[in-house]
Amino acid sequence: MPGEFSKAQVEAVAALANLELEPAEIELFARQLGDVLAHAEELKHIDTTGVSPTAYGVAQPSVDRPDEVRPSLAIADVLANAPDAVQAPRDGGFFKVPRVIG
Amino acid sequence: MTRAATVAEIRDGVRSGAVSALDVCRAAIARIDSVDKSLNAFNTVTAELALERAAQIDGNRSAFSTAPLAGVPVAVKDNICTAGVRTTASSRILEQFVPPYNATVVERLHAAGAVFVGKTNCDEFAMGSSTENSAFGPTRNPWALDRIPGGSSGGSAVAVAAGMAPFSLGSDTGGSIRQPAAMCGIVGVKPTYGRVSRYGLLAFGSSLDQIGPFARSARDAAIALGVIAGVDRADATSAARPPDDYEAALTGDIRGLRIGVPSRMLDSGVDPDISRALSAALDTLRARGASVVDIELPHAKYAISVYYLVATAEASSNLARYDGARYGLRTADTDLGAMYAKTRARGFGAEVKRRIMLGTYVLSAGYYDAYYLKAQQVRTLILRDYDNAFTTVDVVAMPTSPIPPFRIGERVSDPLQMYLADIFTVSANLAGLPAISVPCGLTSGRLPIGLQLTGRPFDESTLLRIADAYERDTEWWKQQPPIAS
Repeated sequence: MPGEFSKAQVEAVAALANLELEPAEIELFARQLGDVLAHAEELKHIDTTGVSPTAYGVAQPSVDRPDEVRPSLAIADVLANAPDAVQAPRDGGFFKVPRVIG
Repeated sequence: MTRAATVAEIRDGVRSGAVSALDVCRAAIARIDSVDKSLNAFNTVTAELALERAAQIDGNRSAFSTAPLAGVPVAVKDNICTAGVRTTASSRILEQFVPPYNATVVERLHAAGAVFVGKTNCDEFAMGSSTENSAFGPTRNPWALDRIPGGSSGGSAVAVAAGMAPFSLGSDTGGSIRQPAAMCGIVGVKPTYGRVSRYGLLAFGSSLDQIGPFARSARDAAIALGVIAGVDRADATSAARPPDDYEAALTGDIRGLRIGVPSRMLDSGVDPDISRALSAALDTLRARGASVVDIELPHAKYAISVYYLVATAEASSNLARYDGARYGLRTADTDLGAMYAKTRARGFGAEVKRRIMLGTYVLSAGYYDAYYLKAQQVRTLILRDYDNAFTTVDVVAMPTSPIPPFRIGERVSDPLQMYLADIFTVSANLAGLPAISVPCGLTSGRLPIGLQLTGRPFDESTLLRIADAYERDTEWWKQQPPIAS
């Protein structure tokens, strides 16, 4: 559906994806995503009545493991990558983010 | 330059004491120093760590006397986590990310005695077919510096092709190992889905991603695959089935094997030099005792549409984690929502944004059935085509890429045209099948051409055996790019 991908649609999808786009990007993506989706229209002509969907090409059987406590990554090492965090040796510490609740 | 040593030669030399791991490592680092300024294959070179590790191997040789990769230098794609060494996925959003853990493949290589020389450039988050979508600039093809090396694992392919490492690791979601291997004149293996653990691989398309090796020969690739393959409790999609002895499978005997060629699919859109190289390669395999038969893969022509709906849907979900909260880039906004949206806007490049947008759209309410579900149903039909083919043939042969490496910048403005060139590689990912690319010629402009073989699930042995047999009768794999001489 070339041309049917409107700027408003691009903006709505960008909001869902948590992406802030520049006006030039909105225009560019409206055209490019329209092109790709227009190409994908070819799938509509294939009869898939009764065909089950495939999520994995080679399906692995479900695996279980014993529910046992094993060491995980050291919390201090994980927090070391955070843009903002509080290291607290006693209770592990936490990530800091901008205020969530007014 | 004389021919660089192979994985097998280095391993055997280091084990016996005839070769020093430190000398091998110094030579690799010196090579990187001399050529990588013009190639840009590496995002990070870990020279000090590598030299330290090599010296440790030399100093404790008895501990490595049976190590399958004793003292062998390796380069690792920068979307595979290395503890203490920056892992960027060639993205601004992870420019400063230093993983607190190793990917399982990295642990396995380390235990096997390999020496890590650095992290290689790629398309951002492995999204691309040219290594132009890197925040750190494009990687260049050692056969022609103004051309792309293929992608997304272009840096890993170039590291091997230009003699900076005897083998390397890449990841393949839609051809990202095989296509750059073909375009750089080396061997690349995409293992069966589940054959190699993905723990520590930065996820792109979780039903498609596999890690695999690049090497200059099928034998070296077989050795590397043998080390990284196998079940891993940290990856629930890894297969319990034990790996084969891939090196032992290289018997040279391909008599009686049946090679299927989907000729109808190859009728149009393939560069004439590449068509000729494929025909000649099939003649070589026939002369060795394999038979070549025509097959049909009626739905394979839809693979691009299916792939770019499924892969982007999975990517939009996987990349939601890059939000500035726990690691990576964060903008200085004081509102949480704005922080997420602006961090992602500044941290991701154009191709990653494009794919997140497409994937979010096809998964969104009202479009899911028309695009994502439909794509998964056609994926079933593509899978059935291969199942049918494998009742009469052992492998399927195609060119790896329909086109030779193009000039840097030539295709960046038209993503759809870029996607369409992945036509021969994406279906192996959709079907979860193993596939290999092996050098089978040069174009009239002296650019490498790859032969792709796709096999039954978990039958990497047959692919490697055919590739190795082909190498015994041809010299293409010994060709070196101008920059190596």
